[in-house]
Amino acid sequence: MSAVPAAPRPASAERDSDSLTEQRYGLLLHPPRAHNALRVVPARVVAMCVVELRKLRHDRAELYTRAVQPALWLLIFGQTFSRIKAIPTGNVPYVDFLAPGIIAQSAMFIAIFYGIMIIWERDSGVLTKLLVTPTPRAALVTGKAFAAGVKAVIQGAVVVVIAALLGVALTWNPLRLLAAAVIVVLGSAFFSCLSMTIAGIVLTRDRLMGIGQAITMPLFFASNALYPVAVMPGWLQVISKGNPLSYEVDALRGLLIGTPAHLATDFGVLVLAALAGITAAAALLGRLAR
Amino acid sequence: MSTEDGTIGAGGTAAPKAGDMATAADGVATTGADGVTAARADGVAAVRCTGLTYSFGRTKAVDGVDLRVEPGEVFGLLGPNGAGKTTTLRSITTLLPVPPGVIEIFGRDAARRKMMVRRLLGYVPQQLSADGGLTGRENVDLFARVFDVSHRERRERVGQALEAVGLAGAADRLAATYSGGMVRLLELAQALVSAPRLLVLDEPTIGLDPIARGNVWDRITEIRSATGMTVLVTTHSMEEADQRCDRLALLHRGKVRALGTPGELKSGLMAHRRETGDGETALPSLEDVFRHVAGGELAGSEDERGEFGDVRRTRRTASRVG
Repeated sequence: MSAVPAAPRPASAERDSDSLTEQRYGLLLHPPRAHNALRVVPARVVAMCVVELRKLRHDRAELYTRAVQPALWLLIFGQTFSRIKAIPTGNVPYVDFLAPGIIAQSAMFIAIFYGIMIIWERDSGVLTKLLVTPTPRAALVTGKAFAAGVKAVIQGAVVVVIAALLGVALTWNPLRLLAAAVIVVLGSAFFSCLSMTIAGIVLTRDRLMGIGQAITMPLFFASNALYPVAVMPGWLQVISKGNPLSYEVDALRGLLIGTPAHLATDFGVLVLAALAGITAAAALLGRLAR
Repeated sequence: MSTEDGTIGAGGTAAPKAGDMATAADGVATTGADGVTAARADGVAAVRCTGLTYSFGRTKAVDGVDLRVEPGEVFGLLGPNGAGKTTTLRSITTLLPVPPGVIEIFGRDAARRKMMVRRLLGYVPQQLSADGGLTGRENVDLFARVFDVSHRERRERVGQALEAVGLAGAADRLAATYSGGMVRLLELAQALVSAPRLLVLDEPTIGLDPIARGNVWDRITEIRSATGMTVLVTTHSMEEADQRCDRLALLHRGKVRALGTPGELKSGLMAHRRETGDGETALPSLEDVFRHVAGGELAGSEDERGEFGDVRRTRRTASRVG
């Protein structure tokens, strides 16, 4: 325990000591000025995206290993089904038709397991620490959702390169590519929030792994990623209409290979889905903190 | 200081005695040996809990806790597993919802003004919570960003926080390569970057070797001396509590059973022993006080929620520290 000083220190010594403290700790003596409320969400989104990019810069192994599966889908599934012409895709070669679906799929696979990361962060104390910062839960979830989007866009870029190497006639129009990136971010935001919402309900990694695996393939097969909606049985068409992945694929196909798409509807549905996902995940985030 | 039920202490909301550093009697500002302006002219407590109660289902984890932590002091929360320390800490750090009027941090209601309260807090959880995939500097930078540090001063502030904990030389290494003691210091830097007025530490030295433990505490003491911040800490180490804390609250079964300076608690137990004709004349240790308050029984009855989780978390942290 500290003791009371034996005698008062001379004023000059006090001044010297204060000046040394100010020199060494200067900024740590003054709290930063709080952002205006409107800047909080964008600032947290940037913070989370920067973390994600820095992690990818330090360790790119995940980027390479995650590229294997989409490459296999395009190389084996795409090439084979192009040859047998089993799926009617009009004038568009099947591998071209498939490429946007695989971009959406690989983005979804990244995002859908984001809830596991949240649980890991809960277990390691990172989430608790973030929840004690002046960050509203919705802003934290939005930040995480967009960070998943950034990761998915980088993954999507890898798939675009693979597709280009396989001869897929993708657009190189920068505006269309930018719009495609926005669509991937929105789709990933929704799926990562879906995952974080489930994490807030099941609370453990093992349960979330099981549920994640159980819903990923049904979401993929109940979308237009592999085949047009028109060839699906009626019941599957109904499910596909409620599946945000279908809207993401539709928009990506329209933007990247120029097939007819409902861009405004796709964009609107994805924005609404992302907002609903953020709301649900933010509401349940507190359960992870307890 | 003995009370009728055998518990000891200086009362639920008593201020520390003059002579111990960081006193805050009657709102008169005093300065301790280390230059800390310990008491504030406005007499506002750093932490004030009034009848804090928190239940998990039908189990009361915290049962009517009254606490007053004075500005500038190092206040320790002690207690056996499941005593309610972590729940109290989580309530104070706004992680658990509490009704308005129960917790105030520097006069701000923790329920009504959460964001403002969080700006006053620096928190180091029990787990090793630095992100191994980022460098030390990037770990601190994240917390500078979420506390709205402007781009202009971010680099310098992050550098000062790392310098303050002695990690400037390792700042650009991945945190995954740090030792357990270095990770704790990094977490301290993360908490310091926002210049908090209240530093909350949940078992900060758990699993560390004696040298690393001493190093972490030396840094905490040094930084507190320089910044004048209040420190609220939970620990299982009686030695640390005795040497490093100005005042202590001993919790058991969700209630404060003893409160005071380490010296007061020890002399309180001695007086109690004399009253009860115990025969033991030597000044008891803090561990004796702990045993007296907590009893000798093994914790873990049905009404002590979180036992398993507490132990698992502790073991996981200890194993990560190595």
